[in-house]
Amino acid sequence: MSTTEAKVAVSRGHVDPVRPGVPTRVVQYLLLLLVIAAFGIPLYWLITSSIKPPEEIQRYPAQWIPGEFHWQNFVDAARAAPFGRYALNSAITVIVGTVAELIIATLCAFAFACLRFPLKNVLFAILLGALMVPGHVVLLPNYLTVASLGWINTYAGLIVPGLGSVFVTFLLRQQMLGIPRELMEAAQLDGAGQLRTLWSVVLPLIRPMLITGAIVTAINKWNEYVWPLVVTNTESMRTLPVGLVFARTSEGGVNWGVVMAATLIVATPMLIVYFAAQRFIVSGITEGALKS
Amino acid sequence: MADDLRSAVATSETTRRRPIPWKEYGLFVALAAPNVALVLVFGYWPVVYNVIMSFQRWDMISPFPEFIGMDNWVALFTTDGLGGILFRTLVLLISVTLGSLILGLGIALLLDQRLIGRRVARTLAFAPYVIGSATTAMIWLFLFDPNFGLIKSLLGTVGVDSPRWMSDAAWAMPAMIIVHIWRHAGFVAIIYIAGLQSVPRELKEAAIIDGAGAWHRFTSVTAPLLTPITYFLLVTTVISTFQAFDLIAIMTGGGPGTATQVLSWHIYELGFVRSNAGLAGASATMMFVLLLVITALQTRFVRRSVNDS
Repeated sequence: MSTTEAKVAVSRGHVDPVRPGVPTRVVQYLLLLLVIAAFGIPLYWLITSSIKPPEEIQRYPAQWIPGEFHWQNFVDAARAAPFGRYALNSAITVIVGTVAELIIATLCAFAFACLRFPLKNVLFAILLGALMVPGHVVLLPNYLTVASLGWINTYAGLIVPGLGSVFVTFLLRQQMLGIPRELMEAAQLDGAGQLRTLWSVVLPLIRPMLITGAIVTAINKWNEYVWPLVVTNTESMRTLPVGLVFARTSEGGVNWGVVMAATLIVATPMLIVYFAAQRFIVSGITEGALKS
Repeated sequence: MADDLRSAVATSETTRRRPIPWKEYGLFVALAAPNVALVLVFGYWPVVYNVIMSFQRWDMISPFPEFIGMDNWVALFTTDGLGGILFRTLVLLISVTLGSLILGLGIALLLDQRLIGRRVARTLAFAPYVIGSATTAMIWLFLFDPNFGLIKSLLGTVGVDSPRWMSDAAWAMPAMIIVHIWRHAGFVAIIYIAGLQSVPRELKEAAIIDGAGAWHRFTSVTAPLLTPITYFLLVTTVISTFQAFDLIAIMTGGGPGTATQVLSWHIYELGFVRSNAGLAGASATMMFVLLLVITALQTRFVRRSVNDS
């Protein structure tokens, strides 16, 4: 596809005074179909393959519509690895981790936004600087730190290193700085302490951002792969993504129907969250990008 | 930031005569300490720890590491294949960054039009961001499967012989580039769409009244307003692609041969497969420094191009 052409065609249509001609519209819709196909077909293939029997998986040319519902794939997937246990580990890691991270981030953001402290802006800049440290650089040192704490193969080891948050703290602080000072001062004149102000004035006002932060944080934690991979060493502590990869390796990677069924089990919770809360997710991510 | 400073100055003027608010300081420390401590221990300390390890020999089993001076650094820069590793890292970095930024911008410009179905397209394009790397890897391993993959079938219907992708040294890297772009382009598009929506309508309409063509309108009105977003996307995409690991680890394990061995895979292998903490620390330090340099260069480049225009 020529992107130059696409851009020209596309921006011509944007403003109403110049209505795009029919040829432009046709090109635009062809491109739109291409986008839908490029991103939709892999997902469609995941879902439909999970219920195809082996002979339909192996058919050439590929069979687009499953001929029968072969639920056996899910039964076989559940038998191939303890996905229930993986799901439990994932749920514990994600729920505890997300709640804890949001509490820690909210308290920290409130301190930096609303309380006085010498050189607090310098301190905050240092906190933000941690965004420059790539996750892959910290992997081995953090593994050694967690090992020296005796946390290998524990929930603490899975959860604690991911609790420090810079980005969510940054976004929450931005929100809190936008709250009119008078509101907080009024609460304090009524005799409310700082924490009372945080609870009854600040939190209700930043609730949308808290929800967004929680959803995005939960999705990231659910999908985390390399940290749970290195910090767990028994099957019973693995999370879903790690378990999925191990299960496929032990299946030999030929039985694609079963592998797709297992993959769908791992992907479904986040797909549901995404379709239900798409607005929150998109707004949180764009807000982060446009503000920083 | 500037606003903070100003309000901080303003408050300090009104409170100048009051005594130092020790109680508030104490509360500040209590509230900020957990997060600050976590970021210091798991965000900053590793950078220092890597440097310390890089001067030691340690298999991570024996109780005490041994100080060996510059040996790891000498070993790192004389590693056979370091050039290849850096070259492949750069190939992946540039292809994925350019590919996902250009495609993402194209998609954003398209979805900024009033087209029926654009919401569906937006939802689908962003889905890869949500489903995670392990899921993405599984889906694409199946699509790329040399025997039963959909891609083989699609290429077959137009009469093209499908390469064997992951098991072919020449095609494994292109396959990885495709998957990384698929995973990232939707994210880029979503950010650009938000940016496009913040371009004031009047500006575009004024340009139309001035008789500007579509291309000219894009380069003179839209593109300059998108520059800060492009900079954000450039920096974040470079950072994330530079340390791309999950998809490579799951899909190719660096292979076949060395075809997809990039720096992040190399560091992981040194640390967790070969248990060579020293060399892993040196490599991770190198990665960190390289990223700082790349980011600084990007900042300078963007500043200059903003000043020019």
